[in-house]
Amino acid sequence: MEALLAILGIPLAGAAVLGLVGHRDFAAAVNIGFSLATFVASAVLTAQIVADGPILVLQQQFFVDSLNVFLVTLTAFVGFTTALFARPYMRVERDHGKMTPPRMRLFHSMYQLFSFTMLLALTTNNMGLLWVAMEAATLATVLLVAVYRTPASLEAAWKYFILCGVGIAQALFGTILLYLAAERLIGAEGGGLLWTNLDAVKHQLEPTVIALAFVFLLVGYGTKVGLAPLHNWLPDAHAEGPTPISAVLSGLLLNVALYAVLRCKVLADGALDSRFAGELMMGFGLLSVVLAAFFLSRQRDIKRMFAYSSIEHMGLVTFAFGMGGAVASFAGLLHMTVHSLVKSAIFFAVGHAAQKAGTQVMDDIRGLVRVNPVVGWGLMIGTLAILGMPPFGVFASEFLILTTAMREFPWTTPLLLLALGVAFAAVLAKVQPMVFGETNVKPLAHPPAIVPVFVHLGLALLLGLYIPPYLEGWYRQAARLVAGG
Amino acid sequence: MPGLVTQLINLFAALLLLLSFGLLAQRRVLSLIHLFTLQGLTLTASTTAMAFFTGQPHLYWSAAITLALKVLLMPWLLHRMIERLNVRWDVETLINIPATMLIGIVLVIFAFNLAAPISGLSASVARGTLGIALACVLLSFLMMITRTKAIPQVIGFLAMENALFFAATSATYGMPMVVELGIALDVLVALIILGVFMFQIREQFDSLDIRHLEQLKED
Amino acid sequence: MTVYSFVAQLLAVLIAVAGAPLLTGWINQCRAWLQNKSAPPLLLPYRTLHKLFWKESVVADGASPLFRAAPYIVFGAMVLACGIVPSLSTDLPLAAAADAIALVGLFALARVFISLAAMDIGTAFGTLGARREMLVGFLAEPALLMVLFTAAFITQSTSLANIVETISGQEFAIYPSLAFAGVAFAMVSLAENARVPVDNPATHLELTMIHEAMILEYSGRHLALIEWAASLKLFAYSSIGLAIFFPWGIAHVHEPVGMLLALPVLVAKLAIGGAALALIETLSAKMRIFRVPEFLAGAFLLAVIGILVHFLLGA
Repeated sequence: MEALLAILGIPLAGAAVLGLVGHRDFAAAVNIGFSLATFVASAVLTAQIVADGPILVLQQQFFVDSLNVFLVTLTAFVGFTTALFARPYMRVERDHGKMTPPRMRLFHSMYQLFSFTMLLALTTNNMGLLWVAMEAATLATVLLVAVYRTPASLEAAWKYFILCGVGIAQALFGTILLYLAAERLIGAEGGGLLWTNLDAVKHQLEPTVIALAFVFLLVGYGTKVGLAPLHNWLPDAHAEGPTPISAVLSGLLLNVALYAVLRCKVLADGALDSRFAGELMMGFGLLSVVLAAFFLSRQRDIKRMFAYSSIEHMGLVTFAFGMGGAVASFAGLLHMTVHSLVKSAIFFAVGHAAQKAGTQVMDDIRGLVRVNPVVGWGLMIGTLAILGMPPFGVFASEFLILTTAMREFPWTTPLLLLALGVAFAAVLAKVQPMVFGETNVKPLAHPPAIVPVFVHLGLALLLGLYIPPYLEGWYRQAARLVAGG
Repeated sequence: MPGLVTQLINLFAALLLLLSFGLLAQRRVLSLIHLFTLQGLTLTASTTAMAFFTGQPHLYWSAAITLALKVLLMPWLLHRMIERLNVRWDVETLINIPATMLIGIVLVIFAFNLAAPISGLSASVARGTLGIALACVLLSFLMMITRTKAIPQVIGFLAMENALFFAATSATYGMPMVVELGIALDVLVALIILGVFMFQIREQFDSLDIRHLEQLKED
Repeated sequence: MTVYSFVAQLLAVLIAVAGAPLLTGWINQCRAWLQNKSAPPLLLPYRTLHKLFWKESVVADGASPLFRAAPYIVFGAMVLACGIVPSLSTDLPLAAAADAIALVGLFALARVFISLAAMDIGTAFGTLGARREMLVGFLAEPALLMVLFTAAFITQSTSLANIVETISGQEFAIYPSLAFAGVAFAMVSLAENARVPVDNPATHLELTMIHEAMILEYSGRHLALIEWAASLKLFAYSSIGLAIFFPWGIAHVHEPVGMLLALPVLVAKLAIGGAALALIETLSAKMRIFRVPEFLAGAFLLAVIGILVHFLLGA
């Protein structure tokens, strides 16, 4: 339990401290320190859960089982590596004059606060608190998306705020409906919003109410996952903010939102006899994959393109969880992990690439590998990884998802293959001239962040080749939870 | 004949729906804020009535928070925002007001239909009002998407939160305190951030017309 | 039909015809007080009517028989309307022949004839007024019908007498749907009776006239009848409003003695209603003409919401 308190307390303390000193030169190091401490605490918690099983603490308000503990570790890890990346990146930004001391202070304190809200959302047992944390996560990042104060970034932040706010209001209504259904069984004092209690009685919950509640919850939290047609805010928000924010939004927040959807899906599957929840998720997921793939090919800004790629992958994961069953759920969880790692690695490389070239427009960035092989190769390998090239982890999870689809829903397979193919061709065609060929970029004054990029890619490679047994057992357990086995 | 408390809650629900329509039909920003304040008052009154008749003490706290936040603090913040932003214009709409109200009627019918089977399942005294709460949510949503200036959109957003709060207190006996506090905090922080935001927008564009914020289209 | 019902019917019509100008005078007085002006005498409308009846009626050369007949038709329709509305008692034999929908039809009849008469002479003002009146009426009529339907749904009958008996017979209950209908009815009455904020009854400016424009050509006894009919329309609308929303105090079918109480109650209610109307007129500014459809659309929608709320809440 101490580990859990540490995981929540450290980022909160970090936000307070960095609120005071975030503009100093050592602020980046402090940021890294807090993130590292959070990661260590999460590792300790993981070891505890693996050894002792799920825990339910603090008046039943916090619940950590195999599903969310690996997400907690992933979040803390990517948070740590992104903090590592943010140090050289922000130094360059400051030299270019785009980040002033007040903005740095905002960035650092909001970064830690954002970590706190995500970890709170992942570990809470209370569906109402989950909602509060999700909304707080949006609020923590809204000002950061707009931090450069350009017209485009203001527009992106406004859209982000309003669309996500409206979406999450729907999720609140869904939560209220959930509470309505629970109150009849559990009563007002029995903690009708606690997921563990709901899970215990899920077969007795009223089907009509739960069906309606799930629709609202899916629409609401699905807006934050970036499911089409509610995805309008995502390309803008991920493209306009500073790159560390793009990395954590793409890599982490989408996962947390999907986790919220998953918890609701488990309840809905228990209450409804039909596959209503799963089919709804499959529909949204499929739509997102197809839509994103086609929009991908028309992008000119590199971060927007990779944001659409996030939509596509999140759609794929939603589709996988919608299909249900042990294999598809396993694949979905694996995909969430590797997507997180690879996408953030890509954003690290892209961030530096954009800094070198002074622009995010892809046509204006050429020949990265000549000036800085690290960034160039990082981008290339990352792109190949995210497009599903073996032996990276993404290939393994996509393979599992496609084979399950072919077995159980064969009519979806041509659509998926087409979308993945279109995305593959489009992205590779855009990235290849950026990395190889004649160069037009300048070297950076400070060395770029090498370690985070290659650590992430290495892990993704590892997960593609060989999943250690304890990790596999862990995924299987979580998959069983999700699939309702 | 339903009991007195149900009638009272029904009356407050009807008032809330009336105010939501009123928000849709307004042309001046100042009257929007006044109507929003009235909404907050209606919510406080209905929560207090529920608390009194059903003997749930935590609803009194709920009502107190609503009063402090939605009747006093938020309208004050909004007034200050208007003064400092020097907002003098009429509300501009994307479609004219009678058409907006017709669409509003359709949404109300839709919401009532959706909520009808569920109302029968609630054990609360005020179950019939879930449909009205959902209708108010949809009306605020309509208000948000048919307004071209920033402040009416913000007020639409806040009105949506009001309607959700009413849904929570009428369908169930209010959410647990911790959750309500969290939601209240979220809404307050959201408003403050929006205030900061609007300054930045105004600085950049010299206007709060949302249509300036439509440049990032698909290309 | 008993003696009492006959007496009740006669009394209702007589009180309406005699009392309508008094109501108008009272409203004018209240308005003057609220605007800090010295008030005209309470009985001024009677003196005006008397003066007009003695004056010669000047009719244009090109006027058709319709022009001469219209004031009588309009006056007759209004008297009939007042006869159907239960202001003192619900024991009205005529009420069996006409329910709320027919009442709306009577108002429509009056409106049609006065508009035709306005266009009859062929002046610009008359046509202007007629077109505007039709615009207002086209939107006000559905709203009024919806309001009456709301009351009808609650009481399961469209006869105003039955509505009064049902609502006042039950114990006191708050009907949210009637709240919506009430607001809608207030808006419709303002529009139909040519009151601020829809139309200024005291103006003769071309830009703003509706009702006044239509009767510009009339003089003498014709004008007297039309002015009287306008007062009767206001009286009728007030009585309808009181019957649907505040029906307590109206004598029921088997309580002939109740009429003794009903008269002072009616006077009191109309006095309060008139003062309220004067207050609304003072506090509002007149709307621009092209906003009037919005205003009435709002009234219509409120009435529709009233019906929807009734279906949802069962109240």
